[in-house]
Amino acid sequence: MSPISRRGALLLGAGLGITLRDVAREAGATPAQADAAISKFTAGKTAERGKISIDLPEIAENGNTVPMSVVVNSPMTADDYVSEIFVVGDANPNAAIVRFHLTPMSGRAEAATRIRLGGTGTVTVLAKTSTGKLYADSKTVKVTVGGCGG
Amino acid sequence: MADKPRLRIPSEAKKGDIIAIKTLVAHPMETGFRKDEQGKPIPRKIINTFVCSFGGREVFRADLEPAIAANPYIEFTVKVAESGTFTFSWTDDDGTVTTAEHSITVS
Repeated sequence: MSPISRRGALLLGAGLGITLRDVAREAGATPAQADAAISKFTAGKTAERGKISIDLPEIAENGNTVPMSVVVNSPMTADDYVSEIFVVGDANPNAAIVRFHLTPMSGRAEAATRIRLGGTGTVTVLAKTSTGKLYADSKTVKVTVGGCGG
Repeated sequence: MADKPRLRIPSEAKKGDIIAIKTLVAHPMETGFRKDEQGKPIPRKIINTFVCSFGGREVFRADLEPAIAANPYIEFTVKVAESGTFTFSWTDDDGTVTTAEHSITVS
């Protein structure tokens, strides 16, 4: 049995989580900035839910590199394809994370990368199709150690 | 940039196949939010744009932000219709462009 009990370690972890979240807040993480970026993308239109699947871990131990993959349900034909995928995080000092531009040559509306998350928060993925439809979905990620340095 | 970009792309495919393209380039992706030991902010220096073209036509582009992890890894798909060459470019904040190429034979 280690000198720190399991319960002690868990409590310590919980305390640490709050401190790091405060650090992220100080670094200028504002959900309002994320909302602004989302409204700018949607331009007042309502986004449809359920068309995007986001693959992100529920708990990211290291916010410095979090694997993310996004798939949008789309036929990806010359007439109807996903032209843009925009990823926003509300716990980062800068809400925008990445913007992918796709073409009918993409074949499938999917992309993957590794992102940084400053703290526990919601990652929102928005997609725009060539026919003018808007899709949105989001996922909450718990971050143990934030990845923005601050 | 000393290290060559790493690419994982099939060299052969059948017409109409959707292939996965995996790319990675060595870069610190300095966010601009960090401070050095003296407390001075470290200036932002990231790859801000990645473009993939096939036969001179843009097929995929990504606008990257400081929220992309160091050594940016990007994976996407392309539907191939004919043999040709993929060209890739990574643009740094300072204007440096790193490029790579990969040819594919489509039967």
